[in-house]
Amino acid sequence: MNHAAIQPRTYLVVYIVLLVLLVFTIAGAYIPIHVLATVVAFVIATIKAILIVLYFMHVKESSTLVRVFGGAGLLWLGILIAGTLHDYLARGWPPPP
Amino acid sequence: MPDEDTILTREGILAEQFDDLAQQTEAGTLGMWIFLATELLLFGGLFTGYISYRLAYFQGFHEASGHLYFTLGSINTAVLLTSSYFVALAVHAARQGRSRAVSGWLLGAAGLGAVFLAIKATEYYLEYREHLVPWMDFQFEGAYPAHAQLFFIFYFLMTGLHAVHMLVGMALLLIMALLARLGRFSAEYHNPVELTGLYWHFVDIVWVFLYPAFYLLNPHS
Amino acid sequence: MSVMPYTAELHSHETYLNRSYTLRSWLLTKDHKRIAILYMGSITLFFVLGGFAALLMRINLLVPAGFMAPDLYNKLFTMHGVIMVFFFLVPSVPVTAGNFVIPLMIGARDLAFPRLNLASWYIFVAGFLVTACALVAGGVDTGWTFYAPFSTGYSNTFVFLTVLGIFISGFSSILTGLNFIVTVHTMRAPGLTWFRLPLFIWSLYATSIILVLATPVLAITLVMVAFERVTGVGIFNPALGGDPVLFQHLFWFYSHPAVYIMILPGMGVVSEIVACFSRHCVFGYKFVAFASLAIALLGFLVWGHHMFVAGESIYAALVFSFLSYLVAIPSAIKVFNWTATLYQGSIRLDTPMLYALGFIGLFTMGGVTGLFVAALGVDVHVHDTYFIVAHFHYIMVGSMVMGYLGAIHYWWPKMTGKMYPEWWGRFSAFTIFMGFHLTFFPQFVLGYLGMPRRYATYDPQFQILNVLSTAGASILGVGYVLPLCYLLWSFKYGSDAGPNPWGATGLEWQTPSPPPTHNFERTPVVTQGAYAYHEMEPAGA
Repeated sequence: MNHAAIQPRTYLVVYIVLLVLLVFTIAGAYIPIHVLATVVAFVIATIKAILIVLYFMHVKESSTLVRVFGGAGLLWLGILIAGTLHDYLARGWPPPP
Repeated sequence: MPDEDTILTREGILAEQFDDLAQQTEAGTLGMWIFLATELLLFGGLFTGYISYRLAYFQGFHEASGHLYFTLGSINTAVLLTSSYFVALAVHAARQGRSRAVSGWLLGAAGLGAVFLAIKATEYYLEYREHLVPWMDFQFEGAYPAHAQLFFIFYFLMTGLHAVHMLVGMALLLIMALLARLGRFSAEYHNPVELTGLYWHFVDIVWVFLYPAFYLLNPHS
Repeated sequence: MSVMPYTAELHSHETYLNRSYTLRSWLLTKDHKRIAILYMGSITLFFVLGGFAALLMRINLLVPAGFMAPDLYNKLFTMHGVIMVFFFLVPSVPVTAGNFVIPLMIGARDLAFPRLNLASWYIFVAGFLVTACALVAGGVDTGWTFYAPFSTGYSNTFVFLTVLGIFISGFSSILTGLNFIVTVHTMRAPGLTWFRLPLFIWSLYATSIILVLATPVLAITLVMVAFERVTGVGIFNPALGGDPVLFQHLFWFYSHPAVYIMILPGMGVVSEIVACFSRHCVFGYKFVAFASLAIALLGFLVWGHHMFVAGESIYAALVFSFLSYLVAIPSAIKVFNWTATLYQGSIRLDTPMLYALGFIGLFTMGGVTGLFVAALGVDVHVHDTYFIVAHFHYIMVGSMVMGYLGAIHYWWPKMTGKMYPEWWGRFSAFTIFMGFHLTFFPQFVLGYLGMPRRYATYDPQFQILNVLSTAGASILGVGYVLPLCYLLWSFKYGSDAGPNPWGATGLEWQTPSPPPTHNFERTPVVTQGAYAYHEMEPAGA
């Protein structure tokens, strides 16, 4: 593990980018097309999460195994959501009132 | 002649099941990442339910979201991002063996965590006053009160679970700050600080998704 | 001069057992071997309790009108399911044989996190005590599956306490799985590469993946149920627009992989035993290793097959049905490979081997009937009948409990330094096998003929088969009591086993029986693969 890789300046830059993204995500919430607003919000949140994972959590300089473990958690979350949603989407959800 | 590993064992740093500090560090790091994966799935169950219902009851959820305290939630997001930055700086200081700095940044992060929780508690109280707590005399003036109730159940469950994790995280930050102050860490040995950092960043990431899910649905407060 | 020279020899070296006899040294131990023994005692007790509930159920089912009130019957089958699934089967092999043997098999002094291991046991016991409070206070009648909205809104029994107990014990599972994964990654002896690992380790690694990734979803689902019980408002409540099927999605996301948590360790045990007692390397080692991982992964993709008649969309049902067929493939690969291992081997029918062979046969039957019910058309007919009950008992009891007993008998000499009486061992294995078939085969027929499960009474036409089943259950019960007796007997009166009574390969057999606290005098260095039986002297008589 190369500990010298990430410098304090990088942390500062990442932090500022995160705050800028926060402003963007607030702006994006005012988009009148709801689906688009949702997608934008999710994409920005994902970018924020990736930045935190890569830099603050040092995954950028971590071993492959750590990346596999983190990725596995994400993949399994995806399985849970996709598996449940594909039932709902195929079912004519929600039921008529 | 005692070698470095024996000295570390005697000082209580190297546990006896490990051959050397590198093995112990690797084991701790892998263990924390596995734990974080479990936490991801813990919140994931709630996210799954939330997503399923939001797809179905978008209008009701949209309406309910308008009753959240958007400004307070946004401030909280900035607070938590800042605390993550502080923790990153603390870990960096730990890698350089600067224990006073470690302690300072960790205390700062914990302080910001306290600010977050204070703001959250304020929001909860205000929501209680407006009868938005589903199991406490819920009253909702709107087209979809039942769906609003569902929204608020998820809101309280998920932000509540997040708050519990914040409390645990703050306790860890304070413990690490104290241990740093007592000189227990060095450039060679500081893995507990790193692992605490990982936990705190994870809790931050959860909020990064909770915030748009609940507050940004309808940002008119 | 000592009257029993072997005993004197045994106590001449310090073992993990005789290191200290104080209660404190046991309750505050960090030694994985002692923790395994603590677990073994606990789960044996829980098995007896769960079995007692089953006994009462089967007695009730002797006559069509039953002997007991339906409410009591509902509480009994719930208690049976909850205890057997969460407090016996899920922990079974991992916490006993896994805890004891994994560090030995990889040449380590202990697991990666010994204190977490001890905490695991305490959490497990605490979870059981909370559930036991619910059972003592009056029980639960929802079935171990806690379906909403009955469990969340209508049941008048102690749902909250029960789910709280299970929630707590779930953390024990997670910590055990975490410990195993980290241990296998970081603490293998020099030279012990992944493909030199015994297949038992591969199985437990795959099991640990499931433990770690599935259990949290159960935890949060139980939280949601508990929340709705306590507050009266909830996510699964149709009055609010909630969907009870969402509960089922979340519940089965854990509970289907949970059945692989229950069976994979048994498969690992069978690999070890079949190799040892046919003096053969396991056929297709890599296939068996990867099959374990494939079962773990594919097992996560099939949970909807529990919900075919629950209101799931046809499209999702088709997807889940197809994936359920896929998961049979790695399971079948294992069965074929064990069989190929036996072929032209020098087979010895010692007790562990009898259990392993029983496992293979019964798992095949249970697994094949799983394929029957993975078909939508068949499942619509047999869902919620005794066919399903028989299917999963063939795997859970026929295979897994036999696998557990096989593990106990195989590693008993290592754990205790004693041999049990072989004749009684074989007799018990045979009794269990026969009793098992008599109990559960009639249930396939009953289910196919239409007898519903979880009913306290039934149509008189089903009585003969029910009586046969109860008769089988009594024989099965006797079969389970016997090992309890002779294994305990062997502690004091059994002959000394020596380090390697079976002539097996594996690092755990290279250290004395019972092992010293730190397992090995010197860390072993591994230079060959796991099942080098062809390079060994033929095993002694």
